[in-house]
Amino acid sequence: MTQQADTPQDTEKDTGQPAAPARAAAPAPRPGRFDAVRRRLPKSTFARHALAALGGLVVVFLVLELTNPFRNSQFATMSYYAIAAVGLTTLTGLNGQISLGHGALMAVGAYTTGLLLGPDADGAALPLPIVMLVAMAVTAVVGVVVGAAAARLHGPYLAGATLALAVALPGLAIYFDEWLGGEQGLRIAAPRPPDWFSDAVYFLSANETPGVKYLAYVGWITLLVVLLLMANLKRGRVGRVWQAVRDDEVAAELAGIRLGRTRVIAFVVSAACAGLAGAVLAVVVRLAAPSGFTIVLSLSLLTAVVLGGLGSFTGALLGSALLVFLTPTVTNLGTSLGLDATAAAEVAPFVYGVVLVLVMLLAPAGAVGVLRKLWHRTRGNHPGSSTRRSA
Amino acid sequence: MISRTARLAAAAVAASLALAACGAGGRPAEEDGGGATGGEAATASDVGITETTVKVGGHFPLTGVAAPGYADIPTGAKAYFDYVNANGGVNGRQIEYVYKDDAYNPTQTSQITNELVLQDQIFAMLGGLGTPTHSAVVDFLNSEGVPDLFVSSGSLLWDQPRENPNTFGWQPDYEVEGKILAQYLAQNFPQAKVGLFVQDDDFGRDGEKGARQYLESQIVTVQRYTPGNTDIAPQIAALQAAGADLVVGFAVPSYTALSQLNALRLNYKPQWAYSNVGADLTLVGSLLARFSEGAITDAGLLEGVISTSYLPNVTQKDNAWVQLFQKVWDEHGGEGELNNFRIYGMSQAYTFVSALQAAGPNPTREGIVKAVESGGKTFEGPWLAPFRFSADKHGGIAGVAVNKITGGTVTPLTDVLVTDNGSAPITPVGTPPSTPTANGIPDVQPVETG
Repeated sequence: MTQQADTPQDTEKDTGQPAAPARAAAPAPRPGRFDAVRRRLPKSTFARHALAALGGLVVVFLVLELTNPFRNSQFATMSYYAIAAVGLTTLTGLNGQISLGHGALMAVGAYTTGLLLGPDADGAALPLPIVMLVAMAVTAVVGVVVGAAAARLHGPYLAGATLALAVALPGLAIYFDEWLGGEQGLRIAAPRPPDWFSDAVYFLSANETPGVKYLAYVGWITLLVVLLLMANLKRGRVGRVWQAVRDDEVAAELAGIRLGRTRVIAFVVSAACAGLAGAVLAVVVRLAAPSGFTIVLSLSLLTAVVLGGLGSFTGALLGSALLVFLTPTVTNLGTSLGLDATAAAEVAPFVYGVVLVLVMLLAPAGAVGVLRKLWHRTRGNHPGSSTRRSA
Repeated sequence: MISRTARLAAAAVAASLALAACGAGGRPAEEDGGGATGGEAATASDVGITETTVKVGGHFPLTGVAAPGYADIPTGAKAYFDYVNANGGVNGRQIEYVYKDDAYNPTQTSQITNELVLQDQIFAMLGGLGTPTHSAVVDFLNSEGVPDLFVSSGSLLWDQPRENPNTFGWQPDYEVEGKILAQYLAQNFPQAKVGLFVQDDDFGRDGEKGARQYLESQIVTVQRYTPGNTDIAPQIAALQAAGADLVVGFAVPSYTALSQLNALRLNYKPQWAYSNVGADLTLVGSLLARFSEGAITDAGLLEGVISTSYLPNVTQKDNAWVQLFQKVWDEHGGEGELNNFRIYGMSQAYTFVSALQAAGPNPTREGIVKAVESGGKTFEGPWLAPFRFSADKHGGIAGVAVNKITGGTVTPLTDVLVTDNGSAPITPVGTPPSTPTANGIPDVQPVETG
C-alpha cells in the first residue's frame, strides 16, 4: 500500500471522464489535437463533469441494449463492485486511509435495503430510489462511528480496526437471526421496472426491459451519479484538503486543516458509497446473507482498487471489471482446454493471485499507471508536464 | 459564450432526436412477447434441448471452506450422466451437464446462475447445493420458468409449490429426519436425559422441531452453535453439566468433528446421535485428523454413534446399487474413489434421468415439472423411501432408516421409516428395496399430464 506516496502529480490525476480537459489555471496550455474540442466545453467543472456523465449514460444505454441478458447481468454485478471501489479509491487514494471493512459497510447497505424492500415484490412500501438513499444514509451513520475511531488510527492499526469490522459485522446477522434472517439471510424481491422506464427504453431502442437489464440500468445510473459527485468532490476544495492530509499531515495541520474532521468526512463519504453499492448488490443478488459479505469481499474491493490504480476512478472501474470478468473467462478457458469443471474452478483463484502478484511486481501503479506511462511515451513528453490525462 | 452554450444545447437535442429516430419511437398496440417457450418444433422442444442434447446445470462449492466433500457431488452426477450417454442417452439425447463453482457464496451463486440460465441456456437446474446459496436464486429460476429440480439441501424452503412452482426438494427434509431419529431414541432410550446440539439456523431449527415431537419430556438442555464460530467448548461443557447422557446433534460435518474433540477433552462420553448431514464417516474422519493435528487419524471416535441414512452407504459393498455406482465410477469417474457424496450425486442424476423419461420424447420445461408432480412418487431408484411429489407437495424423500456406526461401516437398527411434516405418523415404508434395472438406467414410461 505504498502507491499513494507515488508522485505529487497524483493530485492532478484523471477524473475518470474521457476527454477531461486541462485545468483552467494551467499557465500556458500547449496547443494540442483536442484544443478545438476543449475550447467548446463549458467552463464550470460541474458542467463539464455532467456532460461527461451524460456521455457515459449514452454509452451505457448503447452497451446494455446491444449485449445479451447474461452480459447485462455481468454489468449489473460490475456496477456494485465499481460503486464500492470508487468510494474506496477515494478514501485510500485521495485521503490515504486504508479500509479492509468496506465489505461490512456494503452489508449494512444491503441489509437496510432488504429490510425496507422485503421478500414480497408487491409488498414494497417505498420506491427503489428512496430505499437506496435510506441505505446510503444508514451506512453513512455507521461510517461516522467507524470513521471517528479510524481518525485516531494510522496504517496497520487502521487496517486492523476495519478488518475487525469486516469480520464482526456479518456475525450480527447471525446473532439477531429473528430479525436479519441468520445464516440463510434476507430474501429480497427484485424490483420490477416501472412502466415509464420500460416505455422510455422501448421508445429509444424497441427493446423490452427484462428485470436483469433494469437492474443493470439501476446500477450504472447510480454509478454515474456517484462518479459525477466524486469527481467534483475530488476537483474541489474538499478533494484538495483530503490530498493535503494524505501527502503531509504536519503541513496540512499548519495550513489550518483539522485532520480528525477531514478524516472522518472522507470515511463517511466513502462509507456512503459502500452503502449504495450494498443496496445495488441487494437487489441484483436478491439476497442479503452473511456468507456474501465475508472478508473476501473487502479484500477483493481493495485488490480491485490497487490493480486498477490507486486513487483513479478509471482504475476502480477497470479493477471491478477484472473482478467480474476474470473468473468466468479463466474457468471457461480451462474447460475448453479440457479441464473438468472442478479443476477449472480451482484455476481461477490461482490466476487471480498470479495477476495480482505480477501487477504488484511489474506495475505497482496499477493498470492506469501503465496506460498513463504508455500515453506519455507515445506523445513523447515526460510524465508530469501535462495535466491532460485520459487513461 | 452564449452562442457556444446554445450550439451545445442544439447538438444535444439533435443527438437525442437522432437516437429516438433510430429507436422505435413508441410501442405498437398490445404486442405479445410470450411465445418464447412455444413448443412448435417437434425435436428442439424447449430452451436447452436440441434433437441430440439436453443441457443441465448446477451450482456447487468447488473451492473454499465448503468444498471438501460437497465438491465430489457433481463429479458423481457427471460420471453417471457420462454412463447414460455412453449407453445411448435419454430418448436419443446426450445429457450435457454443466456445473460451476459458487464457493458457497450466495453472491456468486446468483452470478453463475445468471450465466447458466442466460448464457449457457440450460434446460433445467439440477441439485443446486446449499440453503443460503440456493435461496438467492429460487425466485430468479421460478420467474424465468426454469425447472429447479432436486435441490441439495434438506431445508423446508424448497417445498413451497405455490410460491415456487418449479422448485423441488430431494433429500429428506430435516424435520422428517429429526422425527424419525427422535422416535427411535425415545423408544430405545426411554430413561435417557437428552441434550440437543444444534446449528443455530433453519437446519438446526427444523431438526429440533422434529425431535421435540418425541423427546420433549426427556430434553434437559438445548445448546446452539453459530456456524463460523469454532469455539464450541462452552456448549459441550453445558451439555455435560446438564447431565445429558444422550446427545442428539443437528450439525454439519466440521461441527460433528469439533463436538467429538471437545467431548474427548472433557472426558464426556454420552451416547451420540447425529443427523445424516453431519455423520459422513470419511469426511468426519478426515476433519478429525485435521482438527486434532494428526492426534486422531480416523473416524474411530464415531464408533457406536447413531445416525440415519436415505441412500445406500459406500461401505455396503454387497448392495446392488453400490455395485452399479462402483461400476459407473470405474468406467467414467475421474480421480479419487467412489464415496457417499458421489453416490449422492449419482442418485440425483438417476432421479433426473427418470424425470426426463417421464416428461416424454420431447420434453418441455413445463412438461418435466408436471411429470415430476404426477409421476415422481413412483420413481424407483437407490433412495430407500419414495419421494413426496404431487401437485401441492414438492418435498423430497419421505423417510430414513436409523443405523449405527460400527467397525467403519453402518448397521441398520430399524426398517426404513417414512413420515411427513407436522404430526403425520411414522410408518414402515412397506415396499421392498428396489434393485437397479439390467443396464443401470431407469426405465420410466412417459407420464400423461392432462
